[in-house]
Amino acid sequence: MSTIAHSLRRVIFRGRTAPDVVASPPDAESAGPAAAEPSPVDIAPNDPIIAFFQSAPGAIDIEGLELESPALDQLRAAGVRLVVPLVTQGELIGLLNLGPRLSDQEYSGDDRRLLESLAAQAAPAVRVGQLVREQEAEIRSRERLDQELAVARLIQQNFLPRQVPELDGWGVAADYRPAREVGGDFYDFIDLPDGRLGIVIGDVTDKGVPAALVMAATRSVLRASAQRLLEPGAVLERVNEHLCPDIPENMFVTCLYGVLEPETGRLVFANAGHNLPVMSVDGVVSELRARGMPLGLMTGMSYEETEAVLEPGAHLLLYSDGVTEAHDASREMFGSSRLAEQMARSSDVPGGRLIGSLLDSLGRFTSGVAEQEDDITLVAIRRAGDTSTLADFTVASVQGNEREAIRKLERGLVNSTVDPARMERLKTAVGEATMNAMEHGNGFDPELPVHVRAVQADGAIRVSITDHGGARGIGDAPEPDLEAKLAGDQTPRGWGLFLIRNMVDEMHVSGDEHHHTVELVLRTDGGGSDGNDA
Amino acid sequence: MATTLEARVQAGPGRATIHLAGDIDGGARDAFDGAYREASSSSPASLLLDFDAVDYINSTGIALIVGLLGRARADGVAVAACGLSDHYREIFEITRLSDFMSIYADEASAASSHEGSE
Repeated sequence: MSTIAHSLRRVIFRGRTAPDVVASPPDAESAGPAAAEPSPVDIAPNDPIIAFFQSAPGAIDIEGLELESPALDQLRAAGVRLVVPLVTQGELIGLLNLGPRLSDQEYSGDDRRLLESLAAQAAPAVRVGQLVREQEAEIRSRERLDQELAVARLIQQNFLPRQVPELDGWGVAADYRPAREVGGDFYDFIDLPDGRLGIVIGDVTDKGVPAALVMAATRSVLRASAQRLLEPGAVLERVNEHLCPDIPENMFVTCLYGVLEPETGRLVFANAGHNLPVMSVDGVVSELRARGMPLGLMTGMSYEETEAVLEPGAHLLLYSDGVTEAHDASREMFGSSRLAEQMARSSDVPGGRLIGSLLDSLGRFTSGVAEQEDDITLVAIRRAGDTSTLADFTVASVQGNEREAIRKLERGLVNSTVDPARMERLKTAVGEATMNAMEHGNGFDPELPVHVRAVQADGAIRVSITDHGGARGIGDAPEPDLEAKLAGDQTPRGWGLFLIRNMVDEMHVSGDEHHHTVELVLRTDGGGSDGNDA
Repeated sequence: MATTLEARVQAGPGRATIHLAGDIDGGARDAFDGAYREASSSSPASLLLDFDAVDYINSTGIALIVGLLGRARADGVAVAACGLSDHYREIFEITRLSDFMSIYADEASAASSHEGSE
């Protein structure tokens, strides 16, 4: 037995389709336990020896075996004399390979029976070991992948703007939805001198951590260049020169960079191979073109600049290819024509609602598809339509003066066609917001007025109530709980904000060092609330 | 703040009615509290708040109504309301005040319901 055990070569197993074996020449064996590891013998899945061993009755002398098999040649070259196949449930899972006996005698019948019995008992145990190992490897690889995705997501999230810019007369909205594997989409808003706004959207080829890192680098270089250079084309040129030397092979970045002058609506932009932005005015949709190669491909590129003017009511949409290249269950693409149709239909809704309706439409299109294929990024910029001022007045911060504000508002809105019940709601909301402004903003100082302005624009009446309290939150007072109030567990007060929120379709809060403004929006086009979009 | 609310108490068999007229806001506190004290002196089983002549209720007014309702519940007095405009009826629903008091269109329908329950 000791002779057999000594002659046993280590057997390793790699896969179910092609059992691998390890064998070593006899002289290596004779060097004792410290001998070099035997080298593996790979058996190709189509090697006829697999079928042979699988059906072989027991230990096999391979010397006299006649078979066209590369693995057989390798086994012989490794000095193997006797092979005992390990078969369990009809499947070959490995081999016991033995070199010559140390005594140089042939293996006896007893030796063979012993080896066969050993193989029969070892095979199921080895198979269990293989399965455990496969499962462990799978778990490890899944964990590694999950960890990588978490890192990629973290990088991505940290480099996306936390909020969209607030511009008088403009509505800006953005949405980013990472695919499970996290692509390299990004967008950015950059405050520039003279009140101009830099707008960026981009997409790094590839996914995961490498794409996220290139995205972070692109964003940083672009931000720095945008502060130094005026022209968008020059900015992209600079970014391209910075990226080219270091970007990993086979990776590049598509990117659109535009500079908007909010005062005039003038937009100058350059495009490094990104999806063309879409503009809609009064339901007429057009693509804005500017030529340029993606960033990071080659140095010395120049980028064409295009100028467009966003007139009042115009809508601009920037998007990533994850939108237009999304497939439905029958592998049809969403495409740019569906996007344009949606734009045409949504020409006079705020940006947030355009994005919402696009995402809804995309969701319906891809229903039945298990997983989002690529990152989806949407940036919508809308210039408010012509506005007409309905009321513009101030009231002194004196208790009870919210009634005066309500009366003046009512006079201003006398010709509006708002449904009477909704008008009552607006009056209550404006009264409550004025009370808050007089008390919490102006501390009931009669010298400090509350400014109320109501305009009709974009299918809504917008009433802004401004006090002198400076920027502040609107408080996170708990939702009033009537039962708790009746039981004396909560103060009977605390209804103001609750009423405001329930009376109007939208409420926006903004402010600066000196002023605090609450804007209340009552839609007159039959639309409902859409969250916090401007 | 000037009182802009008048509250007149009318005691009836088993039920007291508070007729409210004007604005229910911060200035209404004394009138409101006084009316409840007066109404509860006859230990009625129920109390009807008549909002028919009320022009305006703000969040402070809602708080006064909540306070009165809390006291009435502690005293074991059922509270009903009538004469609310559609707008304030909606506010009573949003704030869930209507879950804790019966709401009638006017005093007459509140009275007939009261008689029916006796």
